[in-house]
Amino acid sequence: MSMLLESRKDVERIAERVCKGLEQQKVRAMVCAGTGCLANGSLKVYEKLRELVAEKGLLVDLDMTEDACGGAHDSDKANCNTNASCEVDSTHGAESVPENGIGIEKSGCHGFCQMGPLVRIEPHGILYVSVKPEDVEEIVEETLIKGKAVTRLLYQDSSSETAVKTEDSIPFYKRQHRVVLANCGKINPEDIREAVAIGGYHAIAKALDEMTPTEVAELISASGLRGRGGAGFPTGRKWGFAQAAKSDKKYVICNGDEGDPGAFMDRSVMEGDPHKVLEGLMIAAYAIGADEGFIYVRAEYPVAVARLEKAVREAREYGLLGQNILGSDFSFDITIKEGAGAFVCGEETALISSIEGRRGMPSPRPPYPAAKGLFGKPTIINNVETLSNLPTIVLNGPSWFKENGTETSPGTKTFALAGQVVNTGLVEVPMGFPLRDLVFEVGGGTRTGKPFKAVQIGGPSGGCLAKDQLDVALDYESLRKVGAMVGSGGIVVMDEDTCMVEVARFFMQFAQNESCGKCVPCREGTKQMLALLTKITDGEGTMEDLELLEELALAVKDGALCGLGKTAPNPVLTTLKYFRSEYEAHILEKRCPAGVCQALKVYAIDPDKCRGCTLCAKACPVGAISGERKKPHSIDAEKCIKCNTCVEKCRFGAIIKK
Amino acid sequence: MGKEIEQTFERKFDKVNSIVDKHERKVSNLIAILQEIQGEYRYLPEEVLMYVATTLGISPATVNGVATFYTQFSMKPKGKYVIKVCDGTACHVRHSEKLRYLVRDKLGLDDSKDTTDDMRFTLETVSCIGACGLAPVVTVNDDKVYGQMTPEALSIVLDQLIAEERSEGAAEKQAGRVDQGSVGNGQAHEPDGGKGCQCC
Repeated sequence: MSMLLESRKDVERIAERVCKGLEQQKVRAMVCAGTGCLANGSLKVYEKLRELVAEKGLLVDLDMTEDACGGAHDSDKANCNTNASCEVDSTHGAESVPENGIGIEKSGCHGFCQMGPLVRIEPHGILYVSVKPEDVEEIVEETLIKGKAVTRLLYQDSSSETAVKTEDSIPFYKRQHRVVLANCGKINPEDIREAVAIGGYHAIAKALDEMTPTEVAELISASGLRGRGGAGFPTGRKWGFAQAAKSDKKYVICNGDEGDPGAFMDRSVMEGDPHKVLEGLMIAAYAIGADEGFIYVRAEYPVAVARLEKAVREAREYGLLGQNILGSDFSFDITIKEGAGAFVCGEETALISSIEGRRGMPSPRPPYPAAKGLFGKPTIINNVETLSNLPTIVLNGPSWFKENGTETSPGTKTFALAGQVVNTGLVEVPMGFPLRDLVFEVGGGTRTGKPFKAVQIGGPSGGCLAKDQLDVALDYESLRKVGAMVGSGGIVVMDEDTCMVEVARFFMQFAQNESCGKCVPCREGTKQMLALLTKITDGEGTMEDLELLEELALAVKDGALCGLGKTAPNPVLTTLKYFRSEYEAHILEKRCPAGVCQALKVYAIDPDKCRGCTLCAKACPVGAISGERKKPHSIDAEKCIKCNTCVEKCRFGAIIKK
Repeated sequence: MGKEIEQTFERKFDKVNSIVDKHERKVSNLIAILQEIQGEYRYLPEEVLMYVATTLGISPATVNGVATFYTQFSMKPKGKYVIKVCDGTACHVRHSEKLRYLVRDKLGLDDSKDTTDDMRFTLETVSCIGACGLAPVVTVNDDKVYGQMTPEALSIVLDQLIAEERSEGAAEKQAGRVDQGSVGNGQAHEPDGGKGCQCC
C-alpha cells in the first residue's frame, strides 16, 4: 500500500505532485459525463477525442502508479510524472511525454444540461455546447493544437446574437457563485488524485491536525450553516446534540435520497465531486465522534452510486478511510446504501428504518436521531449539499462563509432550474438571490415565448408562486413567509399553458402515492384532497369543495406525523392563495383557463376546415352550434355540453377541442 | 428420497444463497439482497421471498412488507425491456403524459396491464430520475436515457426495439446500434442552431 497517506503533510505533498503531473497536460479537455450529457451521447465524444489525440501521439494521462511515483509518501523518490498512455506507449516508448501534451478527461456535471454534451477546454476556459462526434476532429485541430476557438460550437447568446467563448461569460453562469459546485465539471470525479490536487481532503487533514472535535463543531456553528435538505435547521446545533450524547457508538449519515421530482443538485454533486461528499461526512463524524458512516443514495441514480463506490474504494486505498486516518486517533469508514424508491425515506427517521433494512416508515420525534438513531445509537443525518459545504468552511473560516447570503441564511444554495425555461440546469447563487433574476436572467425566461405564469419551489413540499411573488428573495425566511420553502431546491418554471389546479392535483397524486400510510392525517387526508382536486379538474367541483379542501389541507399540515405529510398540503394552499381564480373558473365557469383539463376542454370550429354543411348544427342536442349554410359555423361555449356529437358527425375534422 | 428433494431445493436456491451470503446474511441488508435477487429474476417470486425469510430467520411478513413498500420492487414478472417514462414535475410540465399514452397505444397496454403478453415490454411511470434539464425523459432498461423526447422521436425508438425483437437471432447485434440519445435530439429533431431543441 504505497499510496497510504499518513499525515497532513502527505496530503499536501501528493497534491503538489499531482498538480505538477497535471502540468504535463498543457491543454485539457473536460467532457461532461453527468447523467444529462451521458444521455446526449457525451461518451462517444470522449472516446473520439481520446482516439484522435492518441493518434497524434499527444495524449497524456495522469499516471501515478507505484512505479511512476515510487510511493506517495516517499518524497525523496518523488518522480511523479504523467506518463504517456498506452496508445502513446506503443509508438513512442514509455519515457516520452510529449511537450504539448493533451489531457482528455471525463468530468461531472457542468450544470448546463440542456446544452449537452458539453466540452470545456482548459486553460482557455472555452466551453463548447451540443458537441457531436463529427465535431471532434475540428476541436482537436483548431482548439487543442492551435488554441483557436471553433465559433460554431460556442454558446450562442440569443439576446445579443453573438457567440460566447468562455463559460464565465455565458449569462447562465455569469451571476452564479459556485462553492459547492466549484469542482463539478473541472475534475475527473473518478480519480481521487485530481480531487486531492484541487484541495480535497485538505480540510479533514487540517481538522485532524490542529482542531479538536469541539472546535470543529463550534466553527460550523459560528458559520451559521443551515441544513440544505429543506427545513434549514442549524447544522452546528444539530451536531451539538449528538456530541453531547454519551454512547459507545455513533453514526453519521449522508442523505442523498433526493426524491423531490424536479430536483437534481445532490445527484450532480455526488456524480461530479464525490470526494467532497466523503470529506464532508468525515468532518461531521470527527466532530461528533462517530466511527461509521452511511451514504444513502436513491437507486434511481446509478451513476452517482457507481462514482461514490469508487470514491470510497479509492479513499480506503489512500488511507483516508480506515484506522487512524492521517496518523490521528480518528478511525472511520463509509458504506454506500442504495434506496429502493420511496420518497418518504428522505425523512430522517424513515431513512434510518430503511438503512436498517426495514420498511421506510417515519417514527415520532422525540427521540431525535441525534439522541437515538440508527440501531438505537446517536446519529447525525446531513444532506449532501450541507456536507459539501463543510470542507470549504473548515479551510476558509466562518467569516468567509458569511460573506455570501443573508444574515440568517448565510452561504450559497444550489437550485435545479427546470420546466418551461430557456436555460435549464444546475445553478448556485448566494442565498437571498432574487427569484426574478434567477428565472429571467440566469434562466432566460420562458422557452415557449408564452407569458410566465408560476414557479414551483421545493417540490411536493414547496409551493407555487405567481408573478407577484417574483421579487421574493431565495432564503429560508422569505420563502416561508410566502408559503413556499427552499426544500431541496428544485425550481420548476411554468408558463401560461400550465393549469395550476392540475399542478396541485399532480403533487397531491405524488404525495398520495408516496404516503407511507402510518398516520391517518396523511394517509386519509392526501387521499381525500386528491379526490376533491380530481373532482374540480373534472369540472364537477363546488365552492363548498374549495372550503373543505382548504380546511383539510390545514388539518393535514397540523396533524401529520412527519415532514412529508406536514408539507404535502403546501402546493394546494399556495395555489389556493395565489391562483384562486383558476379554481373558481373550473368550478363556476366549468372552464380550464390553461386548456389542460381534459374534461373542461372547450369545443370550437376551425373556420378553415368548416364547409358549412350544417350537419353538426342539426345534430347538436342543445342547439349550441349556429351559422349560415356554406359558411363556417361556430359553437356557443356556454350552451355546449361537450357531448362530442359534433365531432362524430363532422366529415371534415373541423371541430377542435382546446 | 428425502435427501434428493433437499438437494434439488438447495440447488434451486443456489443463486439466492450466494446473494444472501454476499450480504453477510444480515437483516439490515435485506433491501440490497432483494435488489440483487430482482436483478437476477427481474422480479421477486413469492417462493424466493419465502426462502429469504426462512434463511434469514425473519418472518415472511417482514420480507413481504419490505418488498411491497418500495416501488423498485415488483412481485410480477417484468418484460425484457422496461420502458420508464419520467413524470417528475419538470417532465410533467413539458407534457410527458403524451409520451406515456403513446407507449401504451403502441404496445397495447392500459391502466390494468403494464406488461405485454409476450413478456417483451413493460411500461412504468417514474417520479423523477433527476435528468430534469433534459425533460421530458424516457429510459429503456435504465441504461439508455433519451432526453428532450417528442412523441415522434419516441415512436422511432419503440419501432427500433420492436423490429429488433422480431429479428430475434440478430437481436444481440442490433442492440448496440440503438445509440444513447441518437434519437432524442439527434436524428428525429435537430437542435436549432446549437440552441437546444426548440420543437418539443
